[in-house]
Amino acid sequence: MKPRQQRMLAVGLAGAGIVIAAVLTLQAFKENMMFYVEISEVAQGNYPQDRNFRVGGLVVDGSVKRQPGELEVEFAVSDLENELVITYDGILPDLFREGQGIIAHGQMGDDGTFVADEVLAKHDENYMPPEVADTLAKHAAAKEAALKAEQVQP
Amino acid sequence: MIPEIGHFALILALSLAVCQGVLPLIGAYRNDVAMMSVAHPAALGQLVFVIISFGCLTWSFLESDFSVLYVANHSQLALPTIYKISAVWGAHEGSLLLWVLLLAGWTVAVSRYSSDLPDSFAARVIGVLGLLSCGFLLFTLLTSNPFERLIPAPMDGADLNPLLQDPGLAIHPPILYAGYVGFSVAFAFAIAAMLAGNLDQAWARWTRPWTTWAWLFLTIGIALGSWWAYYELGWGGWWFWDPVENASFMPWLAGTALIHSLAVTEKRGLFKSWTLLLAITAFSLSLLGTFLVRSGILISVHAFATDPGRGLFILGFLGVTIGGALTLYAWRAPGLDSDAGFRGFSRETFLLLNNVLLVIATALILAGTLAPLIVEVFEAGKISVGPPWFEIAFAIPMLPLVLLIGVGMHTAWRSQAFQPLFDQLKIPALFAIVAGILIPIVAYGRFGLLLTVGVTAGIWIMVVSLIHPVRSLRRAPGTPGISRGVLGMSVAHFGVGMFVIGVTIVSAFTEEIDISVRQGESVSVAGYDFELRSLRNVEGPNYQAVEGEIDIRKNGEFVGQLRPQKRTYLVQQSPMTEAGIEASWNRDLFVALGDPLGNDAWSLRVQYKPMIRFIWMGAFVMALGGMIAASDRRYRLTAKAKEKATRLSGEPA
Repeated sequence: MKPRQQRMLAVGLAGAGIVIAAVLTLQAFKENMMFYVEISEVAQGNYPQDRNFRVGGLVVDGSVKRQPGELEVEFAVSDLENELVITYDGILPDLFREGQGIIAHGQMGDDGTFVADEVLAKHDENYMPPEVADTLAKHAAAKEAALKAEQVQP
Repeated sequence: MIPEIGHFALILALSLAVCQGVLPLIGAYRNDVAMMSVAHPAALGQLVFVIISFGCLTWSFLESDFSVLYVANHSQLALPTIYKISAVWGAHEGSLLLWVLLLAGWTVAVSRYSSDLPDSFAARVIGVLGLLSCGFLLFTLLTSNPFERLIPAPMDGADLNPLLQDPGLAIHPPILYAGYVGFSVAFAFAIAAMLAGNLDQAWARWTRPWTTWAWLFLTIGIALGSWWAYYELGWGGWWFWDPVENASFMPWLAGTALIHSLAVTEKRGLFKSWTLLLAITAFSLSLLGTFLVRSGILISVHAFATDPGRGLFILGFLGVTIGGALTLYAWRAPGLDSDAGFRGFSRETFLLLNNVLLVIATALILAGTLAPLIVEVFEAGKISVGPPWFEIAFAIPMLPLVLLIGVGMHTAWRSQAFQPLFDQLKIPALFAIVAGILIPIVAYGRFGLLLTVGVTAGIWIMVVSLIHPVRSLRRAPGTPGISRGVLGMSVAHFGVGMFVIGVTIVSAFTEEIDISVRQGESVSVAGYDFELRSLRNVEGPNYQAVEGEIDIRKNGEFVGQLRPQKRTYLVQQSPMTEAGIEASWNRDLFVALGDPLGNDAWSLRVQYKPMIRFIWMGAFVMALGGMIAASDRRYRLTAKAKEKATRLSGEPA
């Protein structure tokens, strides 16, 4: 083949490959992309139905419960505004503890609890998942503003 | 005092890097021999001072000099000596210093083995490497000085992250970085060729061994990282499609495309501008990878903004390096292509397909890695792209690739007749298909389409990789045997086959269970009985742990005993899971301790991972193949030929 043809062949192959790959992967992307939903949004019922999404927050002190000897665990996470009860049947990560920021992947169950199939806590004492940090900062700021407004009124 | 010496040596290294980066390039442009000859001593001098600097930091760690901020943050008195050394590159500042050290080392190696390169070419290569070194040294000195003091010094350090206190992670970063940095040599060769406006087959022959060495270091580095993640992160996965992993995998894919494209450029003088573009891409992805990991941008766009000094420098450096290289490429590359041709059915076409598929894979992984960042920047919500997506996206280009490898490696250059190739490959192909159907059914008792395709592809590559070596063993006496180049290719592709089989079997037949177990109880997984015999407290040098004692039996017969631990590192009070693994060539049995659940019960994760060792063994075999290929005689022949010519003409050597 002459160089011009070679180049056309290369471009043609690359183009066809990219188009096929793009179509297939965009399809897969839609199915596998997981949105992060704030707990307050979940409380209002704004969350994707019948598909996985992520929630995050601080594990509420004293909320971790399990039947002695059973693997299944239930705990609540908070974004300083609302709380969400999460159930999980598996081994919690090393750094899971009360007061720690965590992320859970899963779906809403029929009884209003979040059924997690994965719970993540990062391997760093100071680490706060960025989504959780953002949400917490927002609510903390809102509370402060509300507090100030109250102080001004009387 | 010692840290100041280290700091000062680093500044001296920067001065030498400036000399090495500027003078030889000007010299090569003006054809000034004196300026060009600055390159070699400057490179050597730079290496000496970087070694001194690196030595000073290491010394500060060994002496636990907590008046150095970096040491105070990443070490402590009770840390075992080996981890005091590996802590040097355990975090941002030190790993940059390691990068600079390796870059200086590669440069000196190039300078040492460049006797057969034209002087002006060697000067340009070393000059470009000098400029890269300037960038990294400036970054280290201006934004990430590892010798910064902390006065008053604390009584004890904050300890190295317990995850990094492991032999696997002590050697993983240097080897991975050797690979990353090694692509800078291919990059410098590409820039030098474009500056000179001349790219011939000799250029490809010089570039190939360097690229292959860089690639094989990267291969080993990634495999070690995966292995470490498997046993140290505690939960038995071997690849998570984590951005940090992707950052190392993208340059590997581009580098793999590059070594194949270089083969065409060397043998046939084709794909020249494409090879240059791949050399630029492989190194750019190495830079991008390092900086993605180091800048914190992956954790959050906001983390990037909280340290604008580092972030801006990184963006600037990336912009100058990649932008500059691509500008030069746009200007010079069009004039370099040759007009030789090839037939549609030939080795060239298969290598072209190889390149197209590898580049598609790289682009998809890049897209998946950056998608969350892009979406966040445009404030369209917060998304994450999970492993299932990457698995599909990666499998689409890789499946045809692994099937084509076997055909491509037996296809002739220029033009291949169909019939002889078909005759040669039909029996291996038949064998692979039969084995692909039978192995899953006989060994594991299941059939599946993807499973069959995977096993067939793996067996297929392994079998056809044997053809060249076997033919060489059976050759008539007196005829030349297989060349190191072909042997290396066969070995590396055999490794690919092992890897494919490992991945296919482990993803199809892994069995795992999370379960609550009391002392004396047992769990059964994949025909093995795991009995939790006892739990006791043990003490390590800087941690306390609960250790379980687990006996494994199969049909009543004792297989082995595992002692997984749940450790608490005392300084950071951070818990760590230390898994127990009973390894064998065809399966791993994996037990990790979870938490106490009350009533004397503990949560336990038990896993059966068939053929998982093939994944890492396959990678090491690939690297071995690279080593064999890089040691081919023809890469050294040119140097000897030149020597001989000098001797014959009677000139002083």
